[in-house]
Amino acid sequence: MTLTPDLVLFFLLAAIAVGSALGMLFSRSAVHSALFLVLNFAVGSVFFILLGAPFIAMVQVTVYAGAIMVLFLFVIMLLGAELLRQPSAALPWQRPLAFVLGLLFLGVVAAYVFLGWGGATPEPFATADSARNFGGPLDIGKVLFSRYLLPFELTSLLLLVGMIGAVVLVREEKKTPEPKPQTPK
Amino acid sequence: MVPTSYYVALSAILFTLGVAGVLTRRNAIIIFMSVELMLNSANLVFVAFARQFMELSGQVFVFFVMTVAAAEVAVGLALIVAIFRTKKSINVDEVNQLKG
Repeated sequence: MTLTPDLVLFFLLAAIAVGSALGMLFSRSAVHSALFLVLNFAVGSVFFILLGAPFIAMVQVTVYAGAIMVLFLFVIMLLGAELLRQPSAALPWQRPLAFVLGLLFLGVVAAYVFLGWGGATPEPFATADSARNFGGPLDIGKVLFSRYLLPFELTSLLLLVGMIGAVVLVREEKKTPEPKPQTPK
Repeated sequence: MVPTSYYVALSAILFTLGVAGVLTRRNAIIIFMSVELMLNSANLVFVAFARQFMELSGQVFVFFVMTVAAAEVAVGLALIVAIFRTKKSINVDEVNQLKG
């Protein structure tokens, strides 16, 4: 295996991605966790660009790293939950078990990918034009509004339900006056 | 070009870290962030295979996954705020009222 610039870039970015995920996992402060996750999403969007998905990469930056993480940070600051307490030992066996099962899952995936499937390398783009257009807004829009029109419309329903749900859940409880006890006069 | 299997392996590592976060951390917000990490690693595999097979459906599916994630975060964080209001804590170990 020769170390082409592609592979060097991949391993560099992969190291940052895994490192930021670990940082999110082990940070004491929830704000630091959120910022590590923002870094992870930014690296993910670079991967998307490398994989010929520029539109998805931009959506990743604006929606994920932008909107969703800002919402997370907002809630962390709102609740004042940035300093985490030490985890209680309600389930002491859970931590080692999670570690073992995680490694097991990783082993199964690695065995399948590298032994069962063997892997494949994507073909380079045929022409500069196809490289420019693949995964751009035009191509994505064509597929989204023809073959996936119904799912696309259904997501609007999903977002509406999410919006209503969020409003209903955090609504201040109306202080309704207690109904007067029906005592016989 | 980087082989697709490398992307699958990286995604598996990130997914496993997300699972570990959900199982070991007790702060509800960190658990939510770990779920986001898992969704994102799934997106990486979708895009990698979309490139492998030159098929845009994978990228469109990532779009849908992001929509679901956005809705999930909105409702989930509202739930966390509601729990915090009643319990004054977002430690999931303390939310055990339904335990028999």
